[in-house]
Amino acid sequence: MTTQSITPNTLGDAALTEPKAVRWLLSGLALTFLILFLVVPLVAVFVQALEKGVDTYWAAIIEPDALAAIRLTLIAAGVSVPLNLVFGIAAAWAITKFKFRGKAFLITLIDLPFSVSPVISGFIYVLLFGLQGWLGPWLKAHDIQLIFAVPGIVLATIFVTFPFVARELIPLMQAQGTEEEEAALVLGASGWQIFFRVTLPNVIWGVLYGVILCNARAMGEFGAVSVVSGHIRGLTNTLPLHVEILYNEYNFAAAFAVATLLALLAILTLVAKALLEKKVRHAVKSATKPIGVE
Amino acid sequence: MIAIKQRGVLPGFGLAMGFTILYLSLIVLIPLSSLLFKTATLSWVDFWGTVASARVLASFRLTFGAALIAALINGVFGLLVAWVLVRYKIPGKRIIDALVDLPFALPTAVAGITLAGLYSSNGWIGRFIEPLGLKIAYTPLGIMVAMTFIGIPFVVRTVQPVLEDLEKELEEAAACLGANRWQTFVRVIFPAITPALLTGFALAYARAIGEYGSVIFIAGNMPMVSEITPLLIITKLEQYDYAGATAIASVMLLFSFLILLSINLVQWWSRRHAER
Repeated sequence: MTTQSITPNTLGDAALTEPKAVRWLLSGLALTFLILFLVVPLVAVFVQALEKGVDTYWAAIIEPDALAAIRLTLIAAGVSVPLNLVFGIAAAWAITKFKFRGKAFLITLIDLPFSVSPVISGFIYVLLFGLQGWLGPWLKAHDIQLIFAVPGIVLATIFVTFPFVARELIPLMQAQGTEEEEAALVLGASGWQIFFRVTLPNVIWGVLYGVILCNARAMGEFGAVSVVSGHIRGLTNTLPLHVEILYNEYNFAAAFAVATLLALLAILTLVAKALLEKKVRHAVKSATKPIGVE
Repeated sequence: MIAIKQRGVLPGFGLAMGFTILYLSLIVLIPLSSLLFKTATLSWVDFWGTVASARVLASFRLTFGAALIAALINGVFGLLVAWVLVRYKIPGKRIIDALVDLPFALPTAVAGITLAGLYSSNGWIGRFIEPLGLKIAYTPLGIMVAMTFIGIPFVVRTVQPVLEDLEKELEEAAACLGANRWQTFVRVIFPAITPALLTGFALAYARAIGEYGSVIFIAGNMPMVSEITPLLIITKLEQYDYAGATAIASVMLLFSFLILLSINLVQWWSRRHAER
């Protein structure tokens, strides 16, 4: 290639990017914005938590109410994530492997919880199961309490994390099509064999990706859980609610100490997400290649 | 038999579809419809009396207004961040890219207390801004800051993939035809990313309107001044005013659905344009 011919490369540097000063200015602006809004708050959580020393920090975390909050948060996530995982897989299987009418509408319905305010997400369960709610009198007569108790917290958590796994899996399985499954079927595999030996290995990174996002939201949900919790210390307080109570009592060091647990969870989630993103993107790319091309 | 053939040959449609519909109904559709039924039981006078009361109207103005400004800020800076991440070589790009999702991953209560601490008069940021005569924490400005924080990922994550897939040839053609860089951006690049930018803006707006956890700590929560609508719903609930809470919630829900609808319209419109 000689330099005389006008190739995209020779054109490139001058005409296809901005002057150096502009590039520096834009990068600087973007970085300043991100540092101010993302880095500073993240650092501040840890600095504020350790301000009064490691002993105060540790005492706030091993205090019984904090441990009870950790336990309840683990329960809420432990129930809602597996349920939404099973749902996500079932929904993705039905939507991507078959043809039927109203598919786009069904996907919109699945995404619905994302466009509802967290406060309303909790409120609808109060309307349904609360004392003044539709099923309230019946539940009261049978001595079942859902609202202001653990089941209500779990239900609200399931609602707000409902779409996560499904919305990660649907585009991925859509890209992979049905040829491999059909080949397995021709070779005599049963439905479950097809799923566990063909489909699942192809989408496993996508499943994990969805589960991690789902879990982060389940453990961190505040608004919806706050409405249905009743805020009983040691009984119906999740970690985010415990942070709120400590903060409102002006016990800032303890509030930020407990908050670091959630911030660490967020950092872990971001790291796992960044690592998985590459694998998921690779899975989509290799799926969209025609068979036989590697 | 014919119906099955049209659907596909793989097994498990009945089971998967049946479970999907059942679970969707139990968790989402039935609970959400309880709000609609409850709204239907309100008399028009009750409904209007709640929704048009001065305190509720003030909260609507504040919530929708602050969310709009926050979404606009995110529109500008989200586009900027996406542009820099896709086009320029900057050190630590992968870390910065991962960090953009922090508002999704960080629980809202943690974001709330942290932002309130940072922008209060003796906080890291507040102590520099307060001498300038600007109070941010416990004012509507603080609400805007929190809403901006939680909306950051939306615009970046919708614009970024479109910028990545943009064909370099288009820009080369524009340059060959004598367009300068600014003209190329305004006439070639910007129209291509407009649908994604609008979608991200609408998503950030919708999220900011409904946001509760990260806002209430920095808001101050003064009725008529800095009380957001989601907080007002909770206040009504705590007073056992279910009818009032329902009326306000139904207005918010309606608005969320309108935004959802407009996002779908934008995407449908852009797909039609792409096909042409």
